[in-house]
Amino acid sequence: SNPFEVKVNRQKFDILGRKTKNDVGLPGVSRSKAIKKRNQTLLKEYKEREKTNVFKDKRFGEYNTKITPEEKMIRRFALERQQNYGKKNIYNLNEDEELTHYGQSLAEIEKLNDIVDSDSDTEERGTLSAELTAAHFGGGGGLLRKKVSSEQRDEEEEKPKSRKELIEEMIAKSKQEKQERQTRRESALELTEKLDKDWKEIQTLIARKTPKSERKDKEVEKPKPDEYDMIVRELGFEMKAKPSERLKTEEELAKEEQARLQKLEADRLRRMHGIDEEANKKRPSHMSADDLADGFILDKDDRRLLSYKDGKINIENEEEKEEEEGEEDEEEEGEEEDNENEEESQEESASEDEENGAADSHSDLESDLDSEEEAAGNEEEKKNKANENEPQNVEKLDPKREAAKSELPYTFAVPESYETFKSLLAGRTIEQQLIILERIQKCNHPSLAVGNKAKLEKLLGFLLEYIGELATLDLPELRTIDKLVLPLYNLCQMFPEAASDSIKFILRDAAHDLEEVIEVKGRATFPGLDTLIYLKIVSLLFPTSDFWHPVVTPAFMYMSQLLTKCRITTLQDVIKGLFVCCLFLEYISLSRRFVPELINFLLGVLHISLPKNQAQGYTVVHPFTPVGKNLELLLVCDKEDLKSWEKQNVPLSIVTRLKETSRTEINHTRLSCLALCFDLIKKCAALYESLSSFHEIMHPVRMLLTQHVPVNEYPEKLQEWYHSALKELENKVKHYTPLICEKKKPVPLKQYTPKIVKVLEFGKKQAGNKKEQERKQLIQRHKRELKGAIREIRKDNQYLARMQLSETMERDSARKRKVKELLGSLATQEGEWKAMKRKKWKN
Amino acid sequence: QLPTGLYKKVLVILHDSVLPYMNEPTLMMDFLTVAYGIGGAISLLALNGLFILIHQHNLEYPDFYKKLYNLLDPSIYHVKYRARFFHLTDLFLSSSHLPAYLVAAFIKRLARLALTAPPEALLMIIPFICNLFRRHPACRVLVHRPAGPADMSEDPYVMEEEEPSKSRALESSLWEIQSLQNHYHPDVAKAAAVLNHSLSEMEDDISGLLELSAYELFDKEVKKKAADVPLEFEQVRGLFGKKNDIFAEHFSLD
Repeated sequence: SNPFEVKVNRQKFDILGRKTKNDVGLPGVSRSKAIKKRNQTLLKEYKEREKTNVFKDKRFGEYNTKITPEEKMIRRFALERQQNYGKKNIYNLNEDEELTHYGQSLAEIEKLNDIVDSDSDTEERGTLSAELTAAHFGGGGGLLRKKVSSEQRDEEEEKPKSRKELIEEMIAKSKQEKQERQTRRESALELTEKLDKDWKEIQTLIARKTPKSERKDKEVEKPKPDEYDMIVRELGFEMKAKPSERLKTEEELAKEEQARLQKLEADRLRRMHGIDEEANKKRPSHMSADDLADGFILDKDDRRLLSYKDGKINIENEEEKEEEEGEEDEEEEGEEEDNENEEESQEESASEDEENGAADSHSDLESDLDSEEEAAGNEEEKKNKANENEPQNVEKLDPKREAAKSELPYTFAVPESYETFKSLLAGRTIEQQLIILERIQKCNHPSLAVGNKAKLEKLLGFLLEYIGELATLDLPELRTIDKLVLPLYNLCQMFPEAASDSIKFILRDAAHDLEEVIEVKGRATFPGLDTLIYLKIVSLLFPTSDFWHPVVTPAFMYMSQLLTKCRITTLQDVIKGLFVCCLFLEYISLSRRFVPELINFLLGVLHISLPKNQAQGYTVVHPFTPVGKNLELLLVCDKEDLKSWEKQNVPLSIVTRLKETSRTEINHTRLSCLALCFDLIKKCAALYESLSSFHEIMHPVRMLLTQHVPVNEYPEKLQEWYHSALKELENKVKHYTPLICEKKKPVPLKQYTPKIVKVLEFGKKQAGNKKEQERKQLIQRHKRELKGAIREIRKDNQYLARMQLSETMERDSARKRKVKELLGSLATQEGEWKAMKRKKWKN
Repeated sequence: QLPTGLYKKVLVILHDSVLPYMNEPTLMMDFLTVAYGIGGAISLLALNGLFILIHQHNLEYPDFYKKLYNLLDPSIYHVKYRARFFHLTDLFLSSSHLPAYLVAAFIKRLARLALTAPPEALLMIIPFICNLFRRHPACRVLVHRPAGPADMSEDPYVMEEEEPSKSRALESSLWEIQSLQNHYHPDVAKAAAVLNHSLSEMEDDISGLLELSAYELFDKEVKKKAADVPLEFEQVRGLFGKKNDIFAEHFSLD
């Protein structure tokens, strides 16, 4: 285009890789375009601003987007026909309409086509198929004649020839061709021989060092490499089966195990301190590799006996254990090692995983065949193996299990509803239930089918519900729950999200109920045993030491509410409260976090074990009152009972129903609670030792223990508990160092070295996360649009003003012109009149 | 002279539905001072009316702060009127003309009592204390004492002392808040960790925190979305199967 119309935006610096959009502009062109557009739209509107009549478009369906164009046409056509039909065609009796295609009448097209076809036919067929048709269709005389008819001269020559002659001719032709081919081949051979000779001569000239004798040797050797190759190939093929990994020694195994546990422990510690939460998020969960697993659940009984703090002790333990096992049967060891291999490969790569898995299944086959007689199919073996890996108790119950096996079907579908799930487990023994659950899990492993993941997640929910129901029974089946925790753990390892969601749901429900009760009655009561069991299960399934955890933190909050909001009216309440205290202690046993509610509650429990109207050196808080009716819940006065007491574990079923009606037993339970309380105080003291205000925290408890508790009345065992607790409290050194704020980090001077940032995409802002970026983008886009709109409006106004101005100018000029005209005509009139006058005067 | 329930009811509505409509609110002076002297929840409630009298009707109340100081006991973090009480305390302590020893005594006492408080109260009291530090820079020795003795065997602060000036609060340090940095609730721990660094200039707004309830906190935690759920890596061996399980020692599954 015209270089004078181009405007160039000069760039100050050239930046590599940056796309420049606006370096060249055509202001004239774009302006004219804009004006044209305004002429078509704005000007029209402006001109029609005072007009009220409207142009109506009555074409059928013109603005209806729902109708396809074809349909629209069809219906328009139908309408047209209807309109035409009414009057004109009444007298039109015999006239058919003309059919058209693309506006041309079909009849005409047909005529034209005929002519064109015949033309092309003659041209093409004649040249193409003269020989070919003769050769192929030679048999049929009539056909031949027809085909050949197009070429006039041939027809004349061949017509006299009979069929015999034709065939003879053909044979002769083919013979001739054969000969020709032979001669050609011979000549080619000769040529190549000649070439070879020449080449040999040249070769001797070029490379004298390879005399003929050696070449001969080589020729002799030629067959040999073939054999060699074959052997090599064979070997190669054999090698393709991957070498199985070396069986690891026990030490190595232990070392690996230790390394793995150390890694996990390091992870846990990091989470406990709440460091780099973002980094934590990015890290895939360590068991996610399980999802890729090939149907195995990798439980190892050798693993769970390990503790992760004392590596050395573990190694010894394991060595001993494995030595014993090794003596008994080496088969199992192999299997274990296979397990180990599998585990590793899963951690390392998924591709290796498959191969190893295949190898594993074979080794399983052998070992299982050896160890167990009955093995019906591969799947069954997997189950057996998993069974072996289940806790020790299954082995004890081996005969029972086999009996159960004979009854139970091998495949289970995942129950769709909780009722079917319950009916599935109803009436079975614990072992059978475990086997059923396991089989469900195996048969519906997520790697086997698409929907299995959702199904098993459902199963997880059912299992939790079932556990809750078992715990709410009159006679809580805690033993069953004890076993059911194992499949729950396995499921949880497979689906952490689902597990956390369902447990959170349970917790939310429980907290909601609590809140409602508080709102209605003012004070809440402790929840049932099921909730307590759920809280316990949380600590089994999730790491409780994390700084923040999606499940554990709400659980903490809920337990805190239990300890502060729930009213203590009965002995069961006390036991439940102490249970929650135990939970708290267990949750914080690794992280040593400070729980004020726990100390308060323990203080309160001690308080209610005292006779009324004690002199106070301490204050109890919320659920407990210094005065009131629910005091002396744990007070035991009976001397006999005091003497006969022996420390025993409190059965949990006592929470749902207090079966001991005799005073003695109740008193004994009270004393057990007290012992538990002392023990908890001792454990608290051990945990909180490092807190800087340990003595202030424990001050009320110590006061109460030293001044108010009637130690001498207690039985000797209880006195032991008491003294150990008190000792733990008192032998802590008082130690205070004044606090000093961390120094502010000095603000670094601004430097001129460029800040180097990784650029992922040019022209886009990098900072912030995805959401923030999106937001910024939106804001920017909005700003841009707003600016654009303002500019457009401004330009519209300018254009309109210009239009108005030109209009008024036009009007003015027209008026001027008219005035001039008038004045002119008046002047001429005047002139004429004066001339006339003059004439008169003259005359 | 009134039964406790009625007393409380009267005091709850006194400040906004009775006092503004009285011709001479000063007539309530005696009633309120007596109520303030009773102690416990009734004193807390009487504060509100008393404040109006002091603020708008030139009531001079001797040893007001001393009494307020003595009102602080472990139950203040647990009672129903917590929000109201701390709102007023915040008002009373907002004056920058208070002596440093008084504010320090208040800070120390509040912190000491916080050792028994539930998390919802802690989330409120820690910013409260931070605000006090901001208003009274002289008290910052409580968190920052670079030139003090290296080691002490006793906290100099005397909790039992009724007179704030004799409590020796200014010689002490806020070890309580340091302990709270180990609190189980992540938000509390974070809030307490603020005092490790020098404070920002802006005061925290605690009006939203006054009414916090435990259920709200729980709800907030439950609704948080987690991208990843860490799992326990120790294999389960039963309900009480953990190593050193406290439950196994004291409870049985029967």
